[in-house]
Amino acid sequence: MSVKLGLPSKGRLQDKAIDWFAARGIHVNRSGSGREYAGRVEGIDNVELVLLSAGEIPRELAAGRIHLGLTGQDLVREKIPGWSDRVVEMVETGFGFADLVLAVPSAWVDVDGLDDFDAVAASFRERHGFRLRIATKYHVLTREFLRRHGVADYQLVDSQGATEGTVKNLTAEAICDITSSGETLSANHLKILRDGLILRSQATLFAARGADWTGAAEDARQALAERLGTEIPVGPYA
Amino acid sequence: MAAGSEPVQTGRAYLDDGRLGESLGALRAEVGRCLMHFVQAGAEQVEPAALLPADILIDLYGEDLRARAYTTQDPVLGEFMLRPDFTVPVVQLHTELGMEPARYAYAGSVWRRRQPGTSSPTEYLQAGFELFDGSDPAAADAEVFATIAGALGDLPVQPVTGDMGLVRAAIDALDTSERRKKALRRHLWRPERFRRLIERFSRPGGAAADHGALLDDAAKRGAAAVIADAGAGIGLRTAEDIAARLDALAEDRATPPLAAADLDLIGAVLDLRGSMADAVRGMAAIAAERSALQPAADMLAARAEALAAQKLDPAALAFEAGFGRTTLEYYDGFVFGFSAPDAPDLPQIAQGGRYDALTRVLGQGAGIPAVGGIIRPEALLALQRRLG
Repeated sequence: MSVKLGLPSKGRLQDKAIDWFAARGIHVNRSGSGREYAGRVEGIDNVELVLLSAGEIPRELAAGRIHLGLTGQDLVREKIPGWSDRVVEMVETGFGFADLVLAVPSAWVDVDGLDDFDAVAASFRERHGFRLRIATKYHVLTREFLRRHGVADYQLVDSQGATEGTVKNLTAEAICDITSSGETLSANHLKILRDGLILRSQATLFAARGADWTGAAEDARQALAERLGTEIPVGPYA
Repeated sequence: MAAGSEPVQTGRAYLDDGRLGESLGALRAEVGRCLMHFVQAGAEQVEPAALLPADILIDLYGEDLRARAYTTQDPVLGEFMLRPDFTVPVVQLHTELGMEPARYAYAGSVWRRRQPGTSSPTEYLQAGFELFDGSDPAAADAEVFATIAGALGDLPVQPVTGDMGLVRAAIDALDTSERRKKALRRHLWRPERFRRLIERFSRPGGAAADHGALLDDAAKRGAAAVIADAGAGIGLRTAEDIAARLDALAEDRATPPLAAADLDLIGAVLDLRGSMADAVRGMAAIAAERSALQPAADMLAARAEALAAQKLDPAALAFEAGFGRTTLEYYDGFVFGFSAPDAPDLPQIAQGGRYDALTRVLGQGAGIPAVGGIIRPEALLALQRRLG
């Protein structure tokens, strides 16, 4: 079986991923007009391209349906429970940087950090009769971060996009979202808590422990490891 | 089979073969025996629903519960949870029936989500006994403990007791603002944040230590101007809400740091350990110095006497003041657990405690004194088998 390499199916992340592999002598050629979700991998044998939505790459890695996948560390940590049992972080690519942060309205002058945030959550609940709402699509990471820091009396509300607008729209009081420069946050009158950095993420090449790494895939694994200058440990709990 | 899915389950929690044949028979007999033991102790059998409205549970236990319990969606009725324990539905049944004193017995499955990196069971049985009786809390605590201990018989299990009421009493006795006490009480079950709060309140400036310049500015120009300068007012939290918190911070800045004697008091109470008899003596000594803790010391002593009256020797019962602070988050008085030292891989075979505060939240202010405990029949049977 050849090695299935999962790449984002479109956008800037895909372009950068293709450049990144090209710099390592692995050439990903999109077929036809570039609209067709297919292509070939050249410069290395037995590697097959699978184009997927960036958000689906973690799931396919976890299931072992692809051997390698390039996606954000944020998505892997959010979408794969016990992620390090299922996938190996092989190489951080140095692009696709994004910070997952907890942000509140800039007008909250009394809130610098989590201590303040927690105190405000308590008084908000008393005053408004419901738990302070945090809009996010990163439910797992946000909940785990707040649990670790002992923050109580909040609730998560799902927001799959335009999360920075939820506070103004009165559907949330705070947000947990990805930011690269912080500009969208400040344009929406939000500020990051001093200790509100949940995760620094970048695009990373992951290997699936559970994929079938036998036969031709084993040869490709060794060739890839050499080309990328890294080990590719596979198998459960390697 | 896709990675991550489980094989068809023939086993069950703590028992590899508990879903059929002799093993199932033995388990059913064990559950029946526990229930009969509770019924003979005066309990009425109840059978709470397995699907519970999610909002009630999450409001009570917090958003964390989503990581631990299974949620499911009904298109008409909204979000439900698979019963993560029996406490809430039993309290609700009791509220419906409204008789006191009341004793209930129940048995059935509870469901918990698997925590990543663990092999914790997703479904397991509980057989429980709950007592609603406000007339004599010490006697009620002892009755529940003795009933659970009785159902465990001569199994080699190690009981541990604790009392969340002691640290609550210590907080009440602190020489500080009501606001600080309230913050500490709120985080009783989160030791890390509790420690942080104590640390902040021990420093000059307290919760406002990092806000000195802001408070000075607000005092000079008025809170409204400071808030307006900081950015567009968006969201439900109003400028008045923010100004009110600035007032609270100003009050906290003016509150003196917790005195060394107060810090020692919290430390001394949390450090109480040994036997329950030791704890009674320790608390008596603390209360002799700080009379505000006398009622809590008396309660501990009364419970020890009530246990002695049930032929349970307080000198032989282990006590840890911190027991129940992290895992048993809604208990606010007496707490207990029975672990199996010979089988460290098994969970506590039984546990329980008092949860007056939870009934107060559920009853929107009208609290019902309540204490109860559960046995894990699968773990109990697994232990019995290992012992041969």
